[in-house]
Order: sequence, then C-alpha cells, then structure tokens
Amino acid sequence: MSESLPGTNYINAVSGIKSWLTTLDHKRIGIMYLLFIAISFGLGGFFALALRLELLNPGQLIVSAKQYNQLFTLHGAVMVFLFIVPSIPASLGNFLLPIQLGAKDVAFPRLNLASLYLYVFGAAFCVYSMVSGAADTGWTFYTPYSSTTDTSVISMTLGAFILGFSSIFTGINFIVTVHKMRAPGMSWFKLPLFTWSLYATAIIQVLATPVLGITLLLLIVERLVGIGIFDPALGGDPVLFQHFFWFYSHPAVYIMILPAMGVMSELVTTFSKKNIFGYKMVAFSSIAIAIISFLVWGHHLYVSGQSDYADMIFSFLTYLVAIPSAVKVFNWIATLYNGEIELKAPFLYFIAFLFLFTIGGFTGIMLASLSLDVHLHDTYFVVAHFHYVMMGGTVMAFLGGIHYWWPKMFGKMYSEKAAIVAWFFIMAGFNMVFFTQFILGTKGMPRRYYSYLDQFQPLHAFSTVGTWVLTVGFLIMAFYLVESLLNGEPAGDNPWGSLGLEWTTQSPPITENFADTPHIIHGPYDYDKVKLS
Amino acid sequence: MQNKTITESLIASNGWMPKAASTFAPNIDGLFNFILYGSILLFVGILIVTALFIIKYRKRPGYSPPSGPHITHNTFLELAWTVPPLILTIFIFYWGFTGFLDMAVAPKNSLDISVTGKKWMWQFEYKNGTKTLGEIVVPVNTPVSLIMSSEDVIHSFYVPNFRIKRDVIPNRYTKQWFEATRTGTFQIFCTEYCGDGHSQMLGVIRVVSADDYEKWLANAGSADDGLPPEKLGEKLYTSKGCVACHSVDGTNKIGPTWKGLFGKTRAYAGGSTVADENYIKESIENPTAKVVTGYQPVMPSFKGLLNDKEIAGVIAYIKTLK
Repeated sequence: MSESLPGTNYINAVSGIKSWLTTLDHKRIGIMYLLFIAISFGLGGFFALALRLELLNPGQLIVSAKQYNQLFTLHGAVMVFLFIVPSIPASLGNFLLPIQLGAKDVAFPRLNLASLYLYVFGAAFCVYSMVSGAADTGWTFYTPYSSTTDTSVISMTLGAFILGFSSIFTGINFIVTVHKMRAPGMSWFKLPLFTWSLYATAIIQVLATPVLGITLLLLIVERLVGIGIFDPALGGDPVLFQHFFWFYSHPAVYIMILPAMGVMSELVTTFSKKNIFGYKMVAFSSIAIAIISFLVWGHHLYVSGQSDYADMIFSFLTYLVAIPSAVKVFNWIATLYNGEIELKAPFLYFIAFLFLFTIGGFTGIMLASLSLDVHLHDTYFVVAHFHYVMMGGTVMAFLGGIHYWWPKMFGKMYSEKAAIVAWFFIMAGFNMVFFTQFILGTKGMPRRYYSYLDQFQPLHAFSTVGTWVLTVGFLIMAFYLVESLLNGEPAGDNPWGSLGLEWTTQSPPITENFADTPHIIHGPYDYDKVKLS
Repeated sequence: MQNKTITESLIASNGWMPKAASTFAPNIDGLFNFILYGSILLFVGILIVTALFIIKYRKRPGYSPPSGPHITHNTFLELAWTVPPLILTIFIFYWGFTGFLDMAVAPKNSLDISVTGKKWMWQFEYKNGTKTLGEIVVPVNTPVSLIMSSEDVIHSFYVPNFRIKRDVIPNRYTKQWFEATRTGTFQIFCTEYCGDGHSQMLGVIRVVSADDYEKWLANAGSADDGLPPEKLGEKLYTSKGCVACHSVDGTNKIGPTWKGLFGKTRAYAGGSTVADENYIKESIENPTAKVVTGYQPVMPSFKGLLNDKEIAGVIAYIKTLK
C-alpha cells in the first residue's frame, strides 16, 4: 500500500487470496462483484462489437447466420443476467448500503458471500453454454423456438436460474438490513435515496425472480422430459411462456433502473450542494414504480393475439408507471435551482442520464401506445428505446456512481481530464449507435436480422461505426481507472464535500466501517443546515 | 443479390415513417407525430432549464448561493408537473386504444386470405384454392382479412407501409385485416425471431386495381405458360422463396448453392449420389431424404406447391448454373 493512505483499511486488514475468497466483509464482496461485473460487461460488449461489425453490410462479413444469432443471444443474456441486473445493487449497493445506514455489515454476511458464489456458479453455466453450441434463442428464450432448437439452451437457462437465486439472496439481505440495522437516529426519512431505491429494488428481486426461475425450470423440464407446457407440438401454449417470462422480466427492467435513479439523487445533491427537492416524492415514487411494474408485463404482447381488453388495461397501466419516472426527472432538475454546481466527472454522468433517459422515456410513451406499437414492435425502434433506458439510464448512472464512490472504495483519485475525454467519446458513440436505430426502426427495419434490405445499409454502417467510438471511450476509462489504482493521488475522506454518512468515515473505510457507532443528527442532504468546514 | 428488392423503398419518405399505403396509417402517423413533436418541445424545455441552471448556479469565484433553507417543496409546481402529464398520457392512451380497436375487427365484406408461416417462407391461399408463395396480390380499396397460423415456431407478419403486424402462432389462428389505399408493391417482413433464415423470411404484397386483381386470380398459376423452362425456373427461384437458402453464385447459405450443382456427386449420411433430375425432384418434394453432409435437415417439402412443369423448370434452371 502507498504510504499516504491511512494505516489500516478493509483492503489491507488481512491479505492473501484466501482472505478474499472467504471474506464476510460486504465491502470486499462488493469489490469482487464489481470485478466480475466489469468482466461481464467487457464480454457482452465484445459480442456487441462483433454483431455490429457483421451488420456493416447486408451480406456475410465475419460470421454465419447461426453464429450471428448466437452472438445477439449471448450479448443479451450476458448483459442482462450477468451485468445489468446485479450491476449497481451487487457492487455499489453491497459496498455502500451498510455504510449509508451506519451499520457494520449487512444482516446476513454469509448469505451475502453465498450470493457471490452463486453468481460465479451461474456464470459458469452461461460460459459453458457459450463454448458448447451457444444458445441461439435470443435472451428472451421464446417458445416453441427455444424448446426445439438444437443449441445448448438448457445450460444457458440453468445459468439464468442460478443467477436468479443470487439476486434473491441479495434482495432478502438488503430488505432485512434496511429494516433492522439502521444506526441510532437513522429514521426512514433520513435514509439516503440510494438506500431507498435499493430497498424498492430488493422487493422486486424477492417477489419477481422466483417466477423467472420456475418458468425457466418448466422450459428445461419440457426439453428434457417432453412434458408439453409451452410447445404446441406437445399440447402446450407458446404464448403462456411470454406471459410468464415478462411477468418477471418487466419488473426486472425496474430492478435495473431503480438503483440507477438512486445514484442520480446522490449525484445531484452532492454536486449542487442542495437538499433534494421533494425527498418523499422521490422515495415513494421508487416504491410506486416497484408496485405498478408488476402489472404492465402484457405491454410486450400487444401483437401476440392476447385479448384486446387485456391490451387496453396493460396500455393504461403502462402510462401510469411513466408518471413517477417523470416526477423524478423534474425533482432532480428542480434540485439544481439555487445550488452551487460543480461539473465534475460524476456530475457529467448525471447529465448524460438525464438526457438519454428522457429520450428513452419519450420513446417509451410511443411504444406504450397500442396502435403505434403495432408498427414499432420488434423493430430497431424497440432496440434503441431499450438501450436508451438501460445503457443511457442504468449504465450512465452506474458509471457516475463508480466515479463518485471510487475515492471512497479505493482511497485514490482518477484523472479528471481523462474522465472528461472518455465521457465525450461515450456520449458521442452511444448516440451514433442508438439514435440511428430509432430511424431504422420507424422505417420498418425488424430486429434480430442477420441480413437486411440494401436501402438500410448506410444507417446500419453509421450505427456500427458508433460502436467503435463507444469502445474508445470505454478503453480510455479502463486505462485511467486502473492507472489511478496504481498511481492515483490519495483522495481523502470526503473529496466532494458531501454530507452522506459514507463520507464521514475514512477512505478506504476500515473493516468495521466506523470506529464508533455513528449517531445520526442530520439528513444526508441537509446542505442548508450543516456547513462543512 | 437476395436484397435487391422490387418493393417500394421504405427509406424514401419525407417524414419518419415509410410512405403510407393503408387506411390505418394516417391515424397512426398522426399519433406518432403528436407524441414526437410534444416530446421534442418538452425535451428542449428540459434541456434549456437544465443548461440555464448549470450556467447560472455553477460554482465560480465571486458566486455564493443564496443562504437560508433550501426550497424542497412547492405544491403548485409539483402538481403542475404531475397532473398535466397524467392527463396528456391518458389522452395518448385513448388515441392509441381507439386506433387499435379499429384494427382489431375486420369489416364483414372483407376478402379472406389464409396465411401460413413456416421456416422460412410465407404461403398464401385464396378462397378459390389459388396458392401463392412469398407473394400476395390484393385489390386496392378493398378490406382484406388475413387468417394466419404457423406450422412450426412463432412468426410475425409485418407490412411497414400498412402499419400492420401480427404474430403468427402454431396451433392457433390470429387475424389481421387491412385496406390498401394505393397500388404498388410492398415489403412483408417476419418480425418474430425464428432461426437461421429469419431475415430471409420476406414476401411482397402487390396491390393492384380491382380489374387487374380479377384477371390475376382467374389466370393465377397459368400466367407463366409461355415461358421457356429455364426462364420459368429462374422466376420460381425468387417467387417461391428458394433464394432464401440457396445461392446461385457459389456462396454457402443455409442450403447448398445451386451453382454447378447439376451432375455433382452429393454425399449424405449413409451414401452418395450424383445430382441428376431425379435427385433434384426428390430433394424438392422430400428434402430430408438425402441431406447433404454439413447441412441441417431444415428445408420444408414443396410437394403440392410446385407442379411437375414447375419442377422441370427449376431443374432446367439449375442446369444453366455452371
């Protein structure tokens, strides 16, 4: 360790690989999650680069049709199940939730470690599927295609099934921790909004994930034993699978976005030195989103032949879920009013989220509309919308969170200049890739196409070039973050001047988080009441 | 070459959407534009306010933010950004819902065509028994009702110019109707992922005048009478969808290329044979009998879809591909 860091912290308290593999410290588990999640992101990104390269022209360039289908399946499955679902909760959440509550650890440290091992175990099944005739079903595993294809669907679904348990373990742990482990004085309405969002997320994780598990298990049973559940050739109903799948996967979209919204609330307050506008509205809108999100799954099935009345109800409820999301955006902007804004790297990602997520939201309004969705459904418009919400939303907030809490996690600062350069590349690349796809989609370009009509070629090529710009941005980021670990300046305990409880302990924190149990006397955003010296 | 289309360009249009060609399109395009321009207006508003705040309240020498308690509530403001968006979205919901209902129920006098989707082709059957592959001909200004089913996995029938799309599901019928408003040739896509040939599962809708439609229907199938066999085969290569899986220039697609196929020795599991007339006829009518090594047994049977004269035409065409 560098001499300038405080003597003992969670990183150097004990050493050796074994001390990491058997650790019960939520911070070490969070860091290991962060590492695996970063590897998954790299892998999923590699698949994305390969499939976009293939789409540079309509004919065959680097892979066959089957390999292309496997590529987009692996891209989706890795990005959803291995990267974005665990991303913020399992890495930043694990690291920060107990510290933000003023606790020593999560309620069940062993369960926490078990969830990490399950994650790695589930990932191993997914990797096995990749090397043994990778699944070519799309990450949605729609039947009867998935019950009849000859690729290794079982190992991939089994992987997702196991990953589901990892997610449930984390959820249970967070719920109990928030209820039982808050420091003296930490009332519910003094909870940081990041913690609120993790709490709402945990509720969805615990309630929705079992449905995915059972659905995937039914699919495996159908393939192995031949019991007809989804395959019409065996007397099953293929659309039933879609209902089951989206009953989990729609709330799962909110598993992905809610923690990101939590990060946003932390970023906007710290970098404008303002109390959050409408604390309770922001907190309760998380819970409202979590509840309504269970009732909108049918909006993925407008053209599937489900009843028109069901379509009507799902469309209406989908519009209701849009309102709390919009309220959050307005609250964040209102928070900036009369603030003292510092345009640091984490705040740049706040801005990125604000704009990209808003575009994702507006296009969601289009897709939620029954008659308009008929045209846009299963085209590139949906692909673009999804990426604006998930990458423009969740990934941008995740990057903002990493930049914000990096000095806390590792005690080192990264190069601010390099961070700004990387941000510009990422923003430019992202919009090149995905805004183009809005145009492709409205023109009628269907998704999951290996080949396409010649007239779409210029737009596809532009989108592909965007992936290269995006890659440059991420490579710069990887470089300066690793560089900061090796040679970064010591960050100090509170480089941003934040009032959050996690900034009152040392950087990196000691194993027990705080030397003494903290007593909470002010809220996390009381910048008008508390002045830091 | 499979991508050289005879259909109207989807890209060439003034607005975002492809040029409209059905009675549904104006309402749907109106809704799209309403949301689009409303969104742009709001987005620019958000952009301006955020930019102003960031500039005005940025940390800089000589600037200190107003002291005193921060404003964390403003009932009027909060109602203002909750209630109007709610009303607006309910209005948008209603617009989309009524438009959707119009698309749900076909008029009583509509012309019925049955559609069968299978890997990777569209097959159509008219009431008089006329069958077509990859192409339907419909009269302009007439409601047409499609009764659709799949023989294998889920497909989805999509015509961008008409703004229609409906999943085509095995063991179940789904329906979609439309009324074309102008003549032309329009693209059909499959939009539910269905495997290796998904992106080749294309088709065309030819919208013609009522007179031309009657003429076509009366002569369907016999219009090719005058063609020499190899020309007939060349035409069938595209119109019957062979092009989806077989190339004629030597590239390998889902199936073996036709270039140089005739007279070549073909190895399959359990033997080998020379590709002669009988082998090609068998491969068309019973494709899984002798699957060439290295390929999957995925080709559907064309028995009953091609008559003897058409099969002879395909064989004659393959012979020309040296």
